[in-house]
Parts: sequence; structure tokens; C-alpha cells
Amino acid sequence: MTTTDTREPAPPAPPDPTRVREFVDTEIRPRVEEYDEDERVPDDLLRRVTELGLWAPFLPEEHGGTGTDMVTLARLHEEVGRGCSSLRSLLTVHGMVSWSVWRWGDQDQRDRLLPGLAAGRPLAAFCLTGPEGGSDTSVAATSAEPDGGGWVLTGHKKWITGGQLAGLFLVFARTGKAMTAFLVPADAPGVTVRPLSGILGTRASMLADIRFDQVRLGPDAVLGPPGWAAATVMTSALDLGRLSVASGSVGIIGAALEACAEVTATRPSGDGVLADRQLVRRMLSDMITNRRAARLLCAEAGRLRDTDDPGVVTASWVAKYFAATAAARAASDAVQIHGALGCGPRSPVARLYRDAKVMEIIEGSTELQQTAIADHAHREVTP
Amino acid sequence: MSQDVRAEIRQFITGRFPQLTLDDDQDIFALGFVNSLFAMELVMFVEQRLGVRVPNDELRRENFSSVTAIAALVERVGTGTEATAG
Ligand SMILES: Cc1cc2nc3c(=O)[nH]c(=O)nc-3n(C[C@H](O)[C@H](O)[C@H](O)COP(=O)(O)OP(=O)(O)OC[C@H]3O[C@@H](n4cnc5c(N)ncnc54)[C@H](O)[C@@H]3O)c2cc1C
Repeated sequence: MTTTDTREPAPPAPPDPTRVREFVDTEIRPRVEEYDEDERVPDDLLRRVTELGLWAPFLPEEHGGTGTDMVTLARLHEEVGRGCSSLRSLLTVHGMVSWSVWRWGDQDQRDRLLPGLAAGRPLAAFCLTGPEGGSDTSVAATSAEPDGGGWVLTGHKKWITGGQLAGLFLVFARTGKAMTAFLVPADAPGVTVRPLSGILGTRASMLADIRFDQVRLGPDAVLGPPGWAAATVMTSALDLGRLSVASGSVGIIGAALEACAEVTATRPSGDGVLADRQLVRRMLSDMITNRRAARLLCAEAGRLRDTDDPGVVTASWVAKYFAATAAARAASDAVQIHGALGCGPRSPVARLYRDAKVMEIIEGSTELQQTAIADHAHREVTP
Repeated sequence: MSQDVRAEIRQFITGRFPQLTLDDDQDIFALGFVNSLFAMELVMFVEQRLGVRVPNDELRRENFSSVTAIAALVERVGTGTEATAG
């Protein structure tokens, strides 16, 4: 006798951090120094990221995702960041755009774009910074003028992670005195993408310089509220970006710690090994402590994001500030502990050192965080 | 208009800017220190208070510019929905 199974098929499972850890150890770490030098994440690795469902796993199932919660997303980005900050950066910006389409898009934009974005086809890039500067977004020179029912976009964006690969750009432009977000296909007439090479850190993240010359866009290119993107699309996307960069920074601390645990256990020093030396021990102790603390801050920011709590905005700043500065210190200490070995060509800790510095600049620099977090002093002490 | 809603909004704003003596009709953006981060927090606060997303066509600076404007938005968007206290 045959029975018909009327149960719904089980929903696809969110990516498992343990599995992603194995992927990083077996498929990324053996070749990361080589492709970092080539300034390009290899295509086959990008395909593996698709297979593992890592591009935008937080999207709901009906849009092609696995509904992964933000606490788990933070763990996934930590694992990828432990192996390669360039790849983690690609996940960050793609995730920021995908999340923005889901959060602020209308039904048509969601239906049209999300299934592809969930699978990384196309990849997406986040275009906020222009050559005029990134910290003060009010000086952005890119602008859009109404044209019939649509818009004409003109301007220049620089340092765009994944810009060489992306098929879709989320572009922030001035519309009058306000700011509006636009979804722009990379192949739209008037878009020119120029690769940027020789960057200090996240060298394989395929940065680009992008010009928009009288790019004509339909009304459906606008994402979220026209004229109020700064307080909505931009801030919420950067907020996710901060959680991701903070988590990637936890990964950098982890990679520094692993490298240092190994070298200090075997490198001879006097009658013993480097790990016996007190000054070295202090550096290892700080890495262990900071990694734990930063991971907890990321988990807190993820939890607040999962519950749509307004506190997530500050929590993400705090997590990113702590994790990025701790990663820069850990990577610097890791080079110190390795001595010349840490300065040689293709030294993993030298890469961590270069990548960690970038973490202090992107998604709100350390100085912006140092000045902004103080705004919350009163609320922090009010029960 | 519920006084509770106004009080909650006032408390949310003064929790962040304790130096303010806030008049319900005062334009908080005109005070000069409300940045996009706090504006985003306000949007999230309203959505948490309502338990629903504010539709894009209601996401305008004017709708978040004063206690009165936010309370009116809460009433408009919340009509027909069960408000879930944050
Ligand atoms: C590897 C890399 C990838 C990037 N990817 C992207 C991307 O995908 N999309 C994108 O839009 N942008 C991207 N950026 C740009 C990045 O967002 C900006 O570099 C960042 O916002 C800082 O802006 P800036 O570099 O113009 O520095 P500036 O804004 O010119 O600042 C220079 C220095 O002055 C300090 N400073 C500025 N203002 C203040 C202040 N008020 N108080 C105290 N100190 C201040 C800063 O902290 C910094 O140390 C990327 C940058 C890098 C390096």
C-alpha cells in the first residue's frame, strides 16, 4: 500500500556555522594568500558561497533565503572573516543591499530582485561614498533630477566593494536637499565601472570606481521613501554592515590568535618557547579576552536586530567600535609576535594587519564612533 | 489622541536628549542635533510601538518632526491594528 505524504517539505535549513568553519579551513585558508595577492576572490569560491547559501541567508524562505536570524548571521560572518576579510566584505555589501530591498522595497521590487539576490545572481554593491569623502554623507555630490516620471542620475562613487563584480548597485544620491536611494543595474547606459587596485587591505574585494553619467532610471528604481533615505535605507543598511564588519573583526582576532598560539608554542626562546614570555602572554591574553567580549557585543546587536529593537543602532556602533579596534590591536600584536615571519611575503598575519586597519575606516570610522557613542550616555544610565 | 502615546514619544526623545524641555509641537529636526541615526531609532520606536511597519509613503521627515506629528502618525497607521507595547 502506498501512502501520500501530505506534509509540507521541511524548510531549507540556515547555514551552519560549524560547516562554514570547515569550508573556511579546507577551501579558503589554503589559498587565501595567493588570491589576496591576485586581488580577486576566485569564481569557484564565489560559487561555493552560493552553494552554501551564504549570500543573503536572512531573507525569508518565500524570497529564496533561509530566514537565518541575525545572531547566527554574525557567527557566519565571523567564520568567513576568520578566513578572508575580502570575501566577508563581499558578503557584507551584498547582504546590505539584499536586506534593504527586503526591508524597504515594494512588492514588485521584492519579487523581481530577491530570489536572484538570495543566490548571489546578480551580486550587489553599496554605493554611498564619493571622492569628496565618506564620513560626512551630506557632502555627497552624486545627484538625481526628476525626469518625466523617472530620474536622471549623475555622479561618481569611489571605493565600492565588489563594484567589479556587481550587477546591481544601490546608489545614494541627493534629490534636492534630501537623499534618495536608487537601484541601478550595472549595465544601464551611462554607468562606467573602473577597477581599483593596490588597496591596503581587503585586497581581493574587487573595489571599483563608478561613474554615473546621465543615467536614466524609471520610477521603480527608487528604493524606500524618496527624500528620506538617510534616516531609513542608508542608516539601516549601514547598521547591518556594522554588525557584519564587527563579526568579521571577531574573525580577524580569532585568526590572529590561532596563528600566535601556534608560533608561540614552538618558537624557541631561552630555555623554553615564546609562549612562556610574560610580555607575549599579555598579548595572547588580550586576544582571548577581546575576542570573547567582541563576540558577545555582536550577539547582542544581532539579538536586538532580530527583535527590531531601536537599541540596535547604538548596539551595532558599540560592537563595531570595540571589535574593529580590538582586531587592529590583535593583528598588530600578531605581527609583533611573529617578528620577521610576520613581515614576509604572503604572511597570513601581515594580511590580517592590513585588513584590520580597513575595519577601523569602513562603516563609520573609529573617530566617528568615539564621538557619536557618547550621545547615548544619558540613556545608558537611565533605568 | 491618547496622552499615553504622547508621553511615550516624549520619554523616548528626552531619554536621548535630556536637556530638552520639549513642547509637543516643536520641530525636533530644527533643533539641529537630531541626526539620521536618531531618526532611524524613532522610526523603529514607532514601528515597535505599533507592531507594524510604517508604509513607505508615510516615511517622511514631517511625520517624525514633533511629538504631535508622531502621535498623529501612530494613530493613522495604527488604526485597525492592535498596538503592541514595545
Ligand atoms: C577597503 C574599503 C572598502 C570600502 N567599501 C565601500 C563600499 O562598498 N561602499 C561605500 O560607499 N564606501 C566604501 N568605502 C569607503 C568608506 O566608507 C570610507 O572610506 C569611510 O566612510 C571614511 O570616509 P573617507 O575615507 O572619505 O575618510 P574621511 O571622511 O575623509 O575621514 C578621514 C579621517 O578623518 C576622520 N574624521 C572624519 N570626520 C571626523 C569627525 N567629525 N571627527 C573626527 N574625525 C573625523 C575619519 O575618522 C578619518 O580618520 C570603502 C573604503 C575602503 C578603504
